[in-house]
Amino acid sequence: MALDKPYKDIPGTTVFDAEQSRKGYHLNQFCMSLMKAENRARFKADERAYLDAWPMTEEQKQAVLARDLNRCIALGGNIYFLAKIGATDGKSFLQMAGSMTGMTEDEYRAMMLAGGRPIEGNRRVGEMK
Amino acid sequence: MSARITASVYTSHVPAIGAAIDHGRTAEAYWRPLFAGYEASKAWLAAQRPDVVFLVYNDHASAFSLELIPTFAIGCAAGFAPADEGWGARPVPAVEGHPEFAAHLAQSLIQDDFDLTIVNRMDVDHGLTVPLSLLCGQPAAWPFRVIPFAVNVVQYPPPSGRRCLQLGRALRRAVASYDEPLDVQVWGTGGMSHQLQGPRAGLINREFDNAFLDRLIADPDGLAQMPHVDYLREAGSEGIELVMWLIARGAMADAPPRVVHRFYHVPASNTAVGHLILENT
Repeated sequence: MALDKPYKDIPGTTVFDAEQSRKGYHLNQFCMSLMKAENRARFKADERAYLDAWPMTEEQKQAVLARDLNRCIALGGNIYFLAKIGATDGKSFLQMAGSMTGMTEDEYRAMMLAGGRPIEGNRRVGEMK
Repeated sequence: MSARITASVYTSHVPAIGAAIDHGRTAEAYWRPLFAGYEASKAWLAAQRPDVVFLVYNDHASAFSLELIPTFAIGCAAGFAPADEGWGARPVPAVEGHPEFAAHLAQSLIQDDFDLTIVNRMDVDHGLTVPLSLLCGQPAAWPFRVIPFAVNVVQYPPPSGRRCLQLGRALRRAVASYDEPLDVQVWGTGGMSHQLQGPRAGLINREFDNAFLDRLIADPDGLAQMPHVDYLREAGSEGIELVMWLIARGAMADAPPRVVHRFYHVPASNTAVGHLILENT
């Protein structure tokens, strides 16, 4: 019997469950390696070469190179792991989260200051504004 | 005289709050209202002088990668260093543990059917150090010993709210059976509503958060029945960290607690900040 995943209808949200974790194992472990300063330096010096040392899919590598966090998440990435890439780039969590929303950095910051994204219209797919 | 739990503290643990403290930006207009909400708490804690804080938090891919994902992990080491999360380690004191007490709690909880992972070496990230900074400021050494208790909320599913509440109750029994007159606080951290990923990032749900605080105080058993999907949908994918608050709540006595302090603020970076102090009466 298939697992019950009642969270699949939450709009704009990918829950990092066992299935995503399995898909993203090497992508996330690559991110983890960026916790060490010397690895951050090696990655910055030649991103492609650094990524090629990991058994990631080409799609995952392209998503990292493009800093496309939504794509990284679709391919099994988890935000707490992906945040290590952002940290390596000198980005804040605010900048990283904002980059996934289609808003500019200023628009996203302003939305947060005004109280954040409202829940109304954002509970289920089909009602998203 | 045995050890006893005197109070529980609940707070969000946003990394940007740590950065604001570390970089001396707490007086900026953006941050001032947030830190003002913790002033009374700092004075309260300084007067309480607990011996040990059992600090429930989650690791954010710092100590635990995907190689090992313990649902409940108790830190039994003599000390824990602040983790380098990619920005460099926070300039905060190392955390002094309490190996004898932690070993007692681990054995007691496991015998009480909670299958904990025992951790004898672990760095602690913002999930643990930001609450300490919020409540203690910037001392040269933390004023009490800390037993880190890490809960998996990164890979779904985290433990259920019900399981967390029950664990808190088992912790209450485990503390009471320790033959040393320690004043113990249990802290539950993380939350409140926030989502850090995808097109729905930035979600904040004030109504949910405030109802959560109300029910945490008055109806923990009812609150513990809330299914995971409600947290994910209503409080955002990262809002599910709130299940950890139920461990601290379960550790409190059955009699209604005294609400010492309650605070709510939006935003800190991407997150709604909630904070509560409950004392046993």
